Amino acid sequence: MSAILLFMATVAAIAGWWLSQQRLAAKPWLEEGVAVDFRDRSGSSVPAAKIGLGVFLAVVGSLFALLISAYSMRTNMADWRELPLPRLLWFNTGVLVISSAALQWAHMAARRDDIDGLIVGLLVGGASAMTFLAGQLLVWQQLNVAGYFVASNPANSFFYLITAAHGLHLMGGLVALGRTTAKVWRGAPMMQVRLSVELCAIYWHFLLLVWLVLLGLLTGWTDNFVDICRQLLT
Amino acid sequence: MVDIPFDEVAGIPPAEVGEVELYHPKSWWTRYVFSQDAKVIAIQYSLTASAIGLVALVLSWMMRLQLGFPGTFSFIDANQYLQFITMHGMIMVIYLLTALFLGGFGNYLIPLMVGARDMVFPYVNMLSYWVYLLAVLVLASTFFVPGGPTGAGWTLYPPQAILSGTPGQDWGIILMLASLILFIIGFTMGGLNYVVTVLQARTRGMTLMRMPLTVWGIFTATVMALLAFPALFVASVMLLLDRILGTSFFMPTLVEMGQLTKYGGGSPILFQHLFWFFGHPEVYIVALPAFGIISDLISVHARKNIFGYRMMVWAIVAIGALSFVVWAHHMYVSGMNPYFGFFFATTTLIIAIPTAIKVYNWVLTLWRGDIHLTVPMLFALAFIITFVNGGLTGLFLGNVVVDVPLSDTMFVVAHFHMVMGIAPIMAVFGGIYHWYPKVTGRMLNEALGRFHFWVSFLGAYAVFFPMHYLGLLGMPRRYHDIGETAFIPASAHDLNAFMSVAALIVGFAQMVFLFNLIWSLFKGKEAGGNPWGAASLEWQTPETPPGHGNWGKELPIVYRWAYDYSVPGATRDFVPQNEPPARLSAQGAHP
Repeated sequence: MSAILLFMATVAAIAGWWLSQQRLAAKPWLEEGVAVDFRDRSGSSVPAAKIGLGVFLAVVGSLFALLISAYSMRTNMADWRELPLPRLLWFNTGVLVISSAALQWAHMAARRDDIDGLIVGLLVGGASAMTFLAGQLLVWQQLNVAGYFVASNPANSFFYLITAAHGLHLMGGLVALGRTTAKVWRGAPMMQVRLSVELCAIYWHFLLLVWLVLLGLLTGWTDNFVDICRQLLT
Repeated sequence: MVDIPFDEVAGIPPAEVGEVELYHPKSWWTRYVFSQDAKVIAIQYSLTASAIGLVALVLSWMMRLQLGFPGTFSFIDANQYLQFITMHGMIMVIYLLTALFLGGFGNYLIPLMVGARDMVFPYVNMLSYWVYLLAVLVLASTFFVPGGPTGAGWTLYPPQAILSGTPGQDWGIILMLASLILFIIGFTMGGLNYVVTVLQARTRGMTLMRMPLTVWGIFTATVMALLAFPALFVASVMLLLDRILGTSFFMPTLVEMGQLTKYGGGSPILFQHLFWFFGHPEVYIVALPAFGIISDLISVHARKNIFGYRMMVWAIVAIGALSFVVWAHHMYVSGMNPYFGFFFATTTLIIAIPTAIKVYNWVLTLWRGDIHLTVPMLFALAFIITFVNGGLTGLFLGNVVVDVPLSDTMFVVAHFHMVMGIAPIMAVFGGIYHWYPKVTGRMLNEALGRFHFWVSFLGAYAVFFPMHYLGLLGMPRRYHDIGETAFIPASAHDLNAFMSVAALIVGFAQMVFLFNLIWSLFKGKEAGGNPWGAASLEWQTPETPPGHGNWGKELPIVYRWAYDYSVPGATRDFVPQNEPPARLSAQGAHP
């Protein structure tokens, strides 16, 4: 359970930092009048949707941290047998990086009021994300053909479960991206789409980060790192 | 309020009180059924939760009938008994209490108490309710599928949860897991709303430290739930895959009915870790909103500011954080390393510190207060007593050496019903009696309320107090029929019969409560806007019940905390949060 505890500690640190800015030592029973709170001081307030996405990412992060926890608890048992990872995964990872970069490009284009750049960024981002998903399905198929079925070994089960969870989150993101693209296509003013594009880009970067962590875990790259952490803890 | 010269107050520009982007319903359907108004959603949540809660209440009667009079009722066999236990526990903890506190109280009170027009994402909020309703319907449907609902116990421990021999192995367990997954998805939608509304939609002047403790409790509980429910989600998905696809996340190599199963290599302990990583925070997800509600009730009905407001807030946050590092105290008997047991026993006992701070502060709020023994106050007092009771037995069970002999006895059942059943339900009832006038504009009937209180309170003690004793005798839990044993005397069976009769009477009192809810809706005394003389913002709405958008044209402006009761020199014994400081009123700036 160390992965999830590490994740929770991070969330707690962020929450603690935020709370420390909130004058929690105030004595409200002595204060009268309109208090100036942090939202007044900060000038431009963060849009609610962005905070909402931040909270949602914490929830999704917790979900993946738990999957990683479960995975690492299971790998420690004696009968764990790794499954060979198809090379296609590396191609897919590259495609996901391109997708994330394209959305970052779209986000910057939206800030510059560059409508052409925005559309190109959104379309490339969406197309490469779909390519990634198709690639992941292909990986599943290759594993199936090679006889690594979902139920034949816990390592296989975890591989299918983790990639499916990640893929489903990306599909959810594609719905939001599709709506944003449609809005841009219909010619909505740049002011209205800027936030949506930014949120999509943040979500994509987050899913890319999650994928890189998962890939490190599935390929065993992080094993050394985990061992070092474990030694530090014990 | 429009003309108040803000600059004189704190040197800040006037608040933006323009029309916010608010969804306006256009038809009866979008106003009352597919409504995006948090108040309507709150009522929908509450009614649905209460309806499924009634089912769970009836299930508890069935269990009590069997325990009190074993062998008398032919319609309760051993399998059904297990199914009743499972469904009763799951419904009460998740589909009733969690949904009622966060979906019901949260939706109604958060926007009103922080001075918002609505939740920040009303459409997602509406979706949250409909997904919740779907989850409840899927859960209820398990009563009608072949094999009936699952009888795996509310913790759904594998491997037995999905093996033959456990009732509901065909459809019951699959639908139960599907329903949990739906519930979590629905809750996440709602939870995002509650958190972001508290963070972003507070009205001008409503700093975090001016929020009523109810909002603090619900807010912290929601944050915890958002982080803890994924654990149940992951566990449910993996168990579902084990059941449907035959994967072996949790299933070890085992022999079932003399035959080797297809499973192999899974870890049942992994499920317990995941389940309790959700399960323990869940206790506080239910308790923290109750803490908040009780704080507000006590302050209003004792006409005194809450004692140690800052400590109360810090204690809520501390409990929320600590509750994530105690989960394995539910697993002392699952064979883990004794050093872990020591660690988790320590963290468990540490939680007693912030909790005790809260209890002391409640008692000190009452100390020399002008206590009005209204029905909400009675329930609040009952909550404190019951929570202390349940908390003390928690100290017993938190210690490994005490827990090991007691863990499979009725003592545990008595403990968690006190702390997580009776206590939160007392807070729910207190909250309903307190806020019903705001929701409907009419008071609940006082005499019926008192009857309901005394029968429920004394009756609940008649059920669960003797249960501690049965547990100490060694009477095991989860057993359909104890039968003849050497260590359980005949008097214990008499006690069981007594408890069962008490349980039926308590159940009857809830029918009186339901009658009161409906009767008072039409015939109750007109309440007016603020019948209790409360200072917090939800009682200062221009209309009662609050209209669409809550605040008429202008959002309220908050000048003080929510607990200015019996302020020396004030004209009334409470000062509403949105009343400008006396200095301004004296200058005639207040209309």
